[in-house]
Amino acid sequence: MNYADLGLRVGIEIHQQLDTRHKLFCRCPTELRETEDASFEFFRYLRLKRSELGTEDRAAREEVMRSRKFIYKFYDTTCLVEADEEPPTEINREALLIGIQIAKMLNMELVDELHVMRKIVIDGSNTTGFQRTALLAFDGYLEVDGRKIGVATLCIEEEAAKKVEERGGEVVYSLDRLGIPLVEIGTGPDIDSPELAKKVAKKLGMILRSTGKVKRGLGTIRQDVNISIEHGARVEIKGVQDVDILDRIVEYEVIRQVNLLKIRDELRRRNAKVCEEIFDVKEVFANTRSKILKRAKALMAVKLEGFSGLVGMEIQPGRRLGTEFADIAKTFGLGGIFHTDELPAYGISQEEVEELRRAVSAKDGDAVIIASGDERRVRNALLRITERAKFCLVGVPEETRRANEDGTTSYLRPLPGAARMYPETDVPPVRIDEEMRSVDVPELIEDRAKRYVEQFGLAEDLAMIMADPRYSEIFEEFAESVGASIAARVLHIIPSQLRKDGYNVDGLGIEDFRLTLSLIRDGKIAKEGAEEVLKILTEEKLGEEEILSRLSPSQDLDDFIARLIEEKRDLIAERREHAFKPLMGLVMKEFRGKVDGKIIAEKLRNAIKKELEKS
Amino acid sequence: MKAKRAKIKAKGRIFEGIVLPSEKGKIVLKLSSGYNVGFYDYEIIEEEEIEVSFVEPGYPAKRDSLPEVKVISTGGTIASRVDYSTGAVTSQFSAEEIVSDIPELAEICRIDAELLYNILSENMKPEYWIRLARRVYEAIKDGYDGVIVTHGTDTMHYSASALAFMLRTPVPVVFVGAQRSSDRPSSDAAINMICSAHTSLSDLGEVAVVMHASTSDDFCYIHRGVKVRKNHTSRRDAFQSINYPPLGRVWPDGKIEWTGERIRRGVREPELFDRLEEKVALVKFYPGLSPDILDFFYEKGFRGFVLEGTGLGHVSTDWVETVRRIAEDSLVVMTSQCLWGRVCDRVYDTGRYLLKAGVIEGEDMLPEVALIKTMWLLGNFELEEAKNLVKENLVGEINYRTDFN
Repeated sequence: MNYADLGLRVGIEIHQQLDTRHKLFCRCPTELRETEDASFEFFRYLRLKRSELGTEDRAAREEVMRSRKFIYKFYDTTCLVEADEEPPTEINREALLIGIQIAKMLNMELVDELHVMRKIVIDGSNTTGFQRTALLAFDGYLEVDGRKIGVATLCIEEEAAKKVEERGGEVVYSLDRLGIPLVEIGTGPDIDSPELAKKVAKKLGMILRSTGKVKRGLGTIRQDVNISIEHGARVEIKGVQDVDILDRIVEYEVIRQVNLLKIRDELRRRNAKVCEEIFDVKEVFANTRSKILKRAKALMAVKLEGFSGLVGMEIQPGRRLGTEFADIAKTFGLGGIFHTDELPAYGISQEEVEELRRAVSAKDGDAVIIASGDERRVRNALLRITERAKFCLVGVPEETRRANEDGTTSYLRPLPGAARMYPETDVPPVRIDEEMRSVDVPELIEDRAKRYVEQFGLAEDLAMIMADPRYSEIFEEFAESVGASIAARVLHIIPSQLRKDGYNVDGLGIEDFRLTLSLIRDGKIAKEGAEEVLKILTEEKLGEEEILSRLSPSQDLDDFIARLIEEKRDLIAERREHAFKPLMGLVMKEFRGKVDGKIIAEKLRNAIKKELEKS
Repeated sequence: MKAKRAKIKAKGRIFEGIVLPSEKGKIVLKLSSGYNVGFYDYEIIEEEEIEVSFVEPGYPAKRDSLPEVKVISTGGTIASRVDYSTGAVTSQFSAEEIVSDIPELAEICRIDAELLYNILSENMKPEYWIRLARRVYEAIKDGYDGVIVTHGTDTMHYSASALAFMLRTPVPVVFVGAQRSSDRPSSDAAINMICSAHTSLSDLGEVAVVMHASTSDDFCYIHRGVKVRKNHTSRRDAFQSINYPPLGRVWPDGKIEWTGERIRRGVREPELFDRLEEKVALVKFYPGLSPDILDFFYEKGFRGFVLEGTGLGHVSTDWVETVRRIAEDSLVVMTSQCLWGRVCDRVYDTGRYLLKAGVIEGEDMLPEVALIKTMWLLGNFELEEAKNLVKENLVGEINYRTDFN
């Protein structure tokens, strides 16, 4: 695909959780919990307020129509602030300082005074119905492949509650995540290829990790991608967790928009139109063998004139236009839809399809969509689906979509309008003063890695890992004394191997690595013994003495050698210096991995020499 | 509505946005992205006045068949509008605005609304209670099926008590507020208001407070106006009935479950006793507090004293002489800072001395309720009669039996 000809423009928005002691607006720890640890739950509804123009936010309006009940799980690590039962504290200064650090690394300008805003979000993921967010910095850039990619804004905001479960009209959220500080970084729409999108995201991730103050692991960083092509529309793709599929996401979205434009052209050629009426078709399926339809309280249909064959057309790998309609139905709490391009199937017979067509007076070239469930939801979902179907004649709708694991995307909601923020009056503005501005900028992982390659001769990929703030300090502490490659082995290579072998490597902390490395440095264990020490430490937190006693054989090396010399006196007398080789084998059999081979050899040589001198 | 738009230069670039009110020396702009930002070092390049136009929201039509309810607002935002272009939040008071904010109300009743005050509830005064009682009385006389008073939550239980004493009502007079302001999507205002509307049409003939029963948007309690207190600074379920169960539970769908004995609709004729003696003091005793505090009030002409004593109803024995002196021509009522339970000054010597000195036990009345009752008694009766009435249950403020709840 020629992305330049298509006019591809991509912007990335990264959300990164910060590893602060407390949440952004309360003093709860930033700790994730298992839902079964919840101490109690409560439920709420959210209501939409009209904006000053009497128009409601497009995204918000749809949420209210769904009118869901939100259930929240509360823990002993959450408080009344997360429950929207107590005013927020002042903004967490630690988070603010990390934000400033990142802004400086991205060559951004800082605001003089930070104002916390309430951004309306009424999908229940914020108990308040809004997300607290503040603009901290703007107008920066980062360099990728020698190109300057603009960084438009950096905001500090609170993380939303995690969705646990969705059942019918209810959504269950867990409050542990709500309020963890996030930085939100938005690039300009300067990216013009899928590959560059991935590179920019990776570089941003590297910069964030360089601070050593961001959360690590699955779900702690999320990318949103804004994608548009000429004649297409701006589509926001939410929640890409795996940066490695970012290029594919861009590629697939381009394919989707190109296909939607093809569908548009074909529909226009056919003079297609969408019938406004919603038909009650419960009668048609009175004796159906489809379990889903049989159970349904309400069963309704809409007619899309001239859409036949196109609803079933693939627009992304494995996804058809009909899948887009089904996505909409799901946002209204329905299981999905059926459409005539895929019927008869799913227990729906040819006769039923024909009767359905008759019931809505559909001609051959028409497609019929049916939805089932409770009446209000079905009606609202079908209304929204007809609206979407009409837009097929216009082109690509602006919308927010969710990233799937395979790189495709699903419809989530319309693109939110801009005017949905007002000040969080409970939190005073913060002047960003000189002291805050002068916070130190950490060395980039990338730069540090270059240094490691030059200074220690490490391989580049290993250097990148050692340069990560998780390792860099301890690596530098031991790189000279034990050797860089041994330090890297202990810190990364051995633990990776142990992880594969099923050891709980996550339980290893900096102190465990420090202990292991200092044992090597002090010659108390051989470098080959590191694996054994780490294995022990994944299971038990033992001190140096205990570890050595577990490692050391029944007697120590000197005793062993002395006894051996005594036993093999004849051999030594006979073979003289050449007795070393067979004797070394015997000692190594006992001490391999526990004592450095060089030390053993030296001791044994000395003992043999002494024995020979004696005789 | 007018607003000011500006183009400024700051940090080496141009910003445009709506200028928000701020202190001198800085400018706060609302950018087109919606964010507010403050600058200290800036240069204004262009400024212009612009008109921000409101489109009136649609109002659900009144249905003639529905009963009529009067809503009197005293402040506290039960309905509000957010102006996202400037970020301003404005309270709304007209019936149309309330109903457009909470359309469910139009299904329950026809609302007439009146803005009586627009004050924070900590700025309430006895004279405001009097005017409020008169307006509610008029509404009852006008034949409304129920009256709802929207009120800031901080002193709502004082106002509810004041009306309970000043007014004999045949219809429900419901006080309602919100612990989360109504500009938030999560506000408790709507459910409290809907439940109040149902309560205002119910088989009740007294002053009540209707607020969230739990942190969930589940149902509301109907509290007796003289038995309720705000017991939490911020929670939705801050209001609790004390020394008497809630009168009932009310769900947003209109279901009501009565749980306490209540005065029913139509039992009492409307009557208004709209005098209050303002010179009544509520004094909370703490260890070491000098009785001079009583003299201070006494010298200023106060003749009503409600003591919030410790435990069963005690103040230091150092106070007995002072109490004896002022009680000669004053009403001195003892309540307890324990809140839960009944005052009894016959268990310990101190209590017995206080009784001899002229203190009257406030039974199981809340200190705030005893304060209002004393104001009302002194406003409407001679001292001796007032003394007799303190321990008498007049409007449900005293229960002679104490239950386990």
